[in-house]
Amino acid sequence: MSVQTWTYILVGLTFALYIGIAIWSRAGSTKDFYVAGGGVSPLANGMATAADWMSAASFISMAGIISFAGYDGSVYLMGWTGGYVLLALLLAPYLRKFGKFTVPDFIGDRYYSKTARIVAVICALIVSFTYVAGQMRGVGVVFSRFLQVDINTGVIIGMIIVLFYAVLGGMKGITYTQVAQYCVLIFAFMVPAIFISIQMTGNPIPQLGMGATLNDGSGTFLLDKLDGLSTELGFNEYTDGSKSVTDIFAITLALMVGTAGLPHVIVRFFTVKKVKDARKSAGLALLLIAILYTTAPAVSVFAKTNLINTVSNEEYASMPVWFKNWEETGLLSFDDKNEDGKIQYVADASKNELTIDNDIMVLANPEIADLPAWVIALVAAGGLAAALSTAAGLLLVISASVSHDLVKKVFKPNISDKAELWVARGAATVAVVIAGYFGINPPGFVAAVVALAFGLAAASFFPAIVLGIFYKKMNKEGAISGMVVGIVLMLFHMTKFKFGWFGGGNPADWWFGISPEGFGSIAMIANFIVAIIVLQFTPEPPKDVQEIVENIRIPSGAGEATGH
Amino acid sequence: MDFIKTKIDMSEKQKKASAYWKENVRYLFILLAIWFIVSFGAGILFKESLDAIKIGGFKLGFWFAQQGSIYVFVILIFVYVRLMNKLDKKYGYDE
Repeated sequence: MSVQTWTYILVGLTFALYIGIAIWSRAGSTKDFYVAGGGVSPLANGMATAADWMSAASFISMAGIISFAGYDGSVYLMGWTGGYVLLALLLAPYLRKFGKFTVPDFIGDRYYSKTARIVAVICALIVSFTYVAGQMRGVGVVFSRFLQVDINTGVIIGMIIVLFYAVLGGMKGITYTQVAQYCVLIFAFMVPAIFISIQMTGNPIPQLGMGATLNDGSGTFLLDKLDGLSTELGFNEYTDGSKSVTDIFAITLALMVGTAGLPHVIVRFFTVKKVKDARKSAGLALLLIAILYTTAPAVSVFAKTNLINTVSNEEYASMPVWFKNWEETGLLSFDDKNEDGKIQYVADASKNELTIDNDIMVLANPEIADLPAWVIALVAAGGLAAALSTAAGLLLVISASVSHDLVKKVFKPNISDKAELWVARGAATVAVVIAGYFGINPPGFVAAVVALAFGLAAASFFPAIVLGIFYKKMNKEGAISGMVVGIVLMLFHMTKFKFGWFGGGNPADWWFGISPEGFGSIAMIANFIVAIIVLQFTPEPPKDVQEIVENIRIPSGAGEATGH
Repeated sequence: MDFIKTKIDMSEKQKKASAYWKENVRYLFILLAIWFIVSFGAGILFKESLDAIKIGGFKLGFWFAQQGSIYVFVILIFVYVRLMNKLDKKYGYDE
C-alpha cells in the first residue's frame, strides 16, 4: 500500500480514537472543564503534560534545527527540559495546594488585586495565542505534506477535531486525548530513530548510537565523521557551533524559565489529587519528555550525516526518489550555480547550491533511510498528535482566561456554574476559530513570535509566581510593577530587533550581546529587581494573604481545586 | 483555659511549619545547585574544557549539553520527590 493510503488509515484511526475519548469524557461542571474534575492520576497527568508540551515544533522542527545548528541546538534541549526541574521544585506543588483553576487566579488572589489579575490575563492571552497560531499552522503543514490536502483545508480539519474534544470535554477531554496522543507521538518518533540507528551504527538505542562507530567497518566515530564533513564544507564543527557563550547561556536560561512560566503547562498541575501527586507527575512528565528529547539529537546527527553523504558533490541527476519528492514540496531546492550538474552544499552562501528547510530532517528521514511505507505514515500521525495536543492545551488556557478570569472573577461574579460552563465552551469555540485563522494566514514571523511567548512567560509569570510562594512579604505593588516592567522590556526589545520598530537594530547592537531569544533572561532579572525595590516603599500584604502563603507551603490538606 | 491551649497549639503548629519550610528550602538549594552545574556549568561555561575528555564518540561537554544534563534533570526530580515524601512523613504532613 502506498504511503498515502497508510497515512489515511493511521491518521483516521487516531482521530477516531480522540473523538471516542472526547465523547466518553464529556464535561458536566466547571470543575470538569477547567481541571478535569481534579482526579487525574500522576501517570496520566505525566503523559498528558508530555504530549501537551511536545508540540509540532518539538516533534518536527527541533531535530531539524539541531541538525543545522549542531552544539548551538543544545539551548533547546536543555532549555525545554531544565524548566521542568524549576516547575517541579519551585512551582507545581505549591500551586496545587493553592487550589485554583488558572494562573491569573493565583496572581489575582495572591496579590489581592484585580489589576494584577487583568495584567496576568492579558499576558496569558498573548502567550497562548502566539503559541497556538504556530500549532495550527503545523497541522496544516502535515496534512498538506502527507495527505495531499491543501494546507488551509488541513487547518480546518484540525480545528474541527480540536473543537470537538476541547469544547465537549474541556480539560477532562483534553487530558485523556493527550494521553492517547503521547502514545502515538512517542511511537512515531522512536520507530524511525531506532531503525536508522541500527542502519548507521548497528546500535538499536539511538542515544548510544549517537556516540557509536559507523557501521561501515571503518571504526570511525559517527560524531567525528560529522565534524569532519562539516569542516570540509566550510561549516563550523558540528560539536562546536557558532554562538557566543553569553548568548547560549542567556537563551538556555530564558527557555528554562519561560518553560516554567507557561500557563498551559502550569495548569496541568492543577488537575491532580494532591500535592504529592503534583511533584510525582512533574517527574513522570520529564521522564516521558526526555525519551524524545534524548533521541532527537541522535536523529539530528543521523539525518545530517546521511544528507551530506547522499548529496554532497553527487550528480543531481542521480538523486534518489525522496529528493525529487521533497523538491516538489518546495522544502528542498537546488540551484546549479556553477552548472557542473553536481550538488555543492557548502557554508559559503555565494557558492551554496542546496537550500533545505529544517522540517525535512524529521519528515524525510524515514524515506532517506528507505523505511517501509507504514513507518512514514506513522510520522504524519505522530506530527498531528503533537500539534493537536498542544493546541488543545493552549485553547483551554485561552477559554479559561476569558470565562473564568474575566467573566466570573471581574465582570459577573454571580454567574452560575452552568452558565460559566457555557461561556467557557463559547470562548473555546471562538478561540479555535481565531487560532485557525492564524493557521491559515500566519503572520510571517511565527517562530519569532513563539520566542516572544517564552520571553514573556519568563519576564512576567515566573518571577511573580516564585516571589509569591517564596517571599511572603511580596506585595501587589511590587508584583505588578515587576510584571509590567518585564513585559514592556520584552516587547520593546523584540519589536526593535525582530520587527525593526524604534529604529530597528542588528546583532551588533544587541544589549549585553544577547539575542532576542535570550533577552527573556534579562527581562526576568529586571522584573525581580523592580519588584523588590518597589516593595521597600509600599505596604506589606495584609495578614490574611501572608497566612495563605504560609498555608500553601504545607503539603497536606490540599482541597479539591475550586473556583471560589 | 481552652483559649490558652489553642494559642499554644497555634505556635506549636507554626514552629513545625517553619522548621519544615527551612528543610524544604535547604533541599531546593542543593538540588538547584546540581541543576545549574550540570547544565550551565558542564554544558555551557565549562563545555570547551570538558570536550577534551571523550567517552566513546562523545566529547564530554557536548554530551552533557545534548544528553547528560537531561538525564540528571530527571533524576533530580525523582530524588526531590523521594526527599519530600520523607520530609512530609517526618512532620506528619503526609496523607
